[in-house]
Amino acid sequence: MSSEAHGIPTGWRRWVLSTNHKDIGTMYLIFAILAGIIGGAFSGLMRGELMEPGINFLTSFTGGDVEAAKHFFNVLITGHGLIMVFFMVMPALIGGFGNWFVPIMIGAPDMAFPRMNNISFWLLPAAIGLLVLSVFIEGSTYPGVGAGWTVYAPLSTSGHSGPAMDLAIFSLHLAGASSIMGAINFICTIFNMRAPGMTLHKMPLFVWSVLVTVFLLLLSLPVLAGAITMLLTDRNFGTSFFDAAGGGDPILYQHLFWFFGHPEVYILILPGFGLVSHIISTFSRKPIFGYLGMAYAMVAIGVVGFIVWAHHMYTVGMDVDTKAYFTAATMVIAVPTGIKIFSWLATMWGGSIRFETPMLFALGMIFLFTIGGVTGVVLANAGVDTAMHDTYYVVAHFHYTMSMGALFSMFAGWYYWIGKISGKPYPDMVSKIHFWLTFIGVNVIFFPQHFLGLAGMPRRIPDYPDAYHYWNYVSTVGYMITGVGTLVFLLGVFMTMRSKERVGDNQWGEGATTLEWTLSSPPPFHQFNELPRIK
Amino acid sequence: MSLNKIFSKVMVCAVTFLFTSLGSSLALADGVYKAKPGQLGFMEPATEVMRDIVSFHDYLLIMCIVVSLFVMVLMIYIFIKFNAKANPTPSKTTHHTGLEVVWTIVPIIILLVIAVPSFKLLYLQDVIPKSDLTIKAIGNQWYWTYEYPDHGDFSFDSVMLSDEEAAAAGHPRLLGTDTHIVVPVNKTVRMLITANDVIHAWAMPAFGMKIDAVPGKLNETWFKAEREGMYYGQCSELCGKDHGYMPIMVEVVSEEKYNAWIAKAREEYAANKTDNLTRIAAAHPVQQ
Repeated sequence: MSSEAHGIPTGWRRWVLSTNHKDIGTMYLIFAILAGIIGGAFSGLMRGELMEPGINFLTSFTGGDVEAAKHFFNVLITGHGLIMVFFMVMPALIGGFGNWFVPIMIGAPDMAFPRMNNISFWLLPAAIGLLVLSVFIEGSTYPGVGAGWTVYAPLSTSGHSGPAMDLAIFSLHLAGASSIMGAINFICTIFNMRAPGMTLHKMPLFVWSVLVTVFLLLLSLPVLAGAITMLLTDRNFGTSFFDAAGGGDPILYQHLFWFFGHPEVYILILPGFGLVSHIISTFSRKPIFGYLGMAYAMVAIGVVGFIVWAHHMYTVGMDVDTKAYFTAATMVIAVPTGIKIFSWLATMWGGSIRFETPMLFALGMIFLFTIGGVTGVVLANAGVDTAMHDTYYVVAHFHYTMSMGALFSMFAGWYYWIGKISGKPYPDMVSKIHFWLTFIGVNVIFFPQHFLGLAGMPRRIPDYPDAYHYWNYVSTVGYMITGVGTLVFLLGVFMTMRSKERVGDNQWGEGATTLEWTLSSPPPFHQFNELPRIK
Repeated sequence: MSLNKIFSKVMVCAVTFLFTSLGSSLALADGVYKAKPGQLGFMEPATEVMRDIVSFHDYLLIMCIVVSLFVMVLMIYIFIKFNAKANPTPSKTTHHTGLEVVWTIVPIIILLVIAVPSFKLLYLQDVIPKSDLTIKAIGNQWYWTYEYPDHGDFSFDSVMLSDEEAAAAGHPRLLGTDTHIVVPVNKTVRMLITANDVIHAWAMPAFGMKIDAVPGKLNETWFKAEREGMYYGQCSELCGKDHGYMPIMVEVVSEEKYNAWIAKAREEYAANKTDNLTRIAAAHPVQQ
């Protein structure tokens, strides 16, 4: 009665002027899927070029110009990285699932600042617009930014004289502002809007994971914003923060970037940790094992994540004692991560497990993230990293944590919640085909890249010595399998939307205990007109 | 004590197995150090540092495999034992303090076991011994310049050969350069690395070396190659369009051959003696 007094907005007003956390969450999810398709297509072009030695694929996009194709490859790696990090994983996990389910899970009617929530979302299309625009505008000699997602100075200053880099920097500024506002919104929501009885230690783990994540965002993104603003002034206003000739230091940029960049990788994976906890618990029909340990393991990962950044910079010529410190600090992260893995296994132990699609993706995530974790421990050692730094071993490692950790948890979340979000069931068989194609595909892409890295193949090269042909070929075949899997996913999305069936309030039964399962599917436009009481 | 012995025996067996299975075998050197088609592991090591990296990595790899297999076996066991059919009524366990302490302490112990050899390796790499000669490598977009400051102070550029030139000269595609540095075998070489334009990285996989070439900064590292032969590496920091096209070649020769080469190089590159900076300035006119 009271909430609908002013009526539900309709048409474009409902979306463009939206202040509703569920509508904004839906827009974030659609945005993330579209960005994921672009980012995935970029990686397809990269793998296409790397399938055979020589420059023979990307030339078809540059009118046969080999030199332009080499630069285009660098544009693709840059775009792929930035899009996947800023416009796919973060919007999906934090903006999409976070917006949808954090307020519901804590028993709140909406986010704390609904209008700020609106601008958080609408800055993103502008941001990705600038990034896509940069691809077509003069970068160095050829169009686009080819400096990698890390945009290290001086390649990003004197190395890219054209305006494409300035557009990319503005794009990051907008995406950063969007995330900082989102972070403030989540912090205020979680601290102030919990339903009576919902103490911090009763909060669902997904909410815990988002809480830790948004603190990382709030503390790290301003550092990135500062660093890229300095890039901007170095480029345009004659400062020399990162130019040794003017008394600056190119390494300073790397320290600033990775002070943001390392927490950023936990920003990408922590919401996935929270999500997987729910799914494992639901489909084992058991409460999560070691709840407090799980929550504080995430806090520990977040805290320690801020003091390990220079392990990305072992080869810049750091003092040996500094390297020793960063080696030790980095390895410490394995401990809370291990606690999480083992607690998930213990949650399943003694459970009554159903292998529904969300559970398959969650299990895939646990195992593949473990592999990414152990190669992370290898890379943590500065001594051995000398051989692996900037090789495909690193590429394999972070794709096992991101492309299998974060992406699998996103798919798990999608299948877990799409019934709740849309009120319609996903097609079971199609979703399982999607899982198996993706599971096999990503492993065929990335496992051989460990071999390439050990054999010394550097990252970010469009052509390679012939000895690396075999595993690159295999890797591209893996991409094709994954690509088909993605098409099956999109088919599943389409079939879900067209479905005439409806799911009940609680699609998963006894094991699903969080508040979203007490609401209808889809939930009412405004939920909790009377706040739930948590005992 | 005895447990320790058994453990180390198992480790040695496993390491040997991995050495042979992963292609990082210490077979007879054929004098050409580059990756081989379909290779699974590291290139053949040619320095003490790289040998230590390989054995430390193999040691870590065993732990990786053990941990991954442990998780996998547990998961499979759980799938069989606790699926909905086999176990229709779930237990209500949510805590077990002892277990939680164990899975916190055991990883810490594993990490300590890793940390000790890790630091040993790190300090071996990073503490530079007394050197026999110094070579300076300067990264440019997109070639390397080398200087021999204590052998006549000559310098020369090293540019990648085209596919046809490389084939004619008998070098692998994308790895051959027109000129290359020559060093004596079993001598400690101190490398000074810097760059002129953007950041590059000087890497030589068989030596276990990789260090960034940063404009305005002089990095220092070292190697002592133990076997003669031709060694190939590539630039290892994204440096623009031709990042993949500035390979690194090092020839390790006997002392006599080295002396002969130095004498020849002094004459050949005499013109490049001191005007290095001017030459580079001429090659890279300031844009704007």
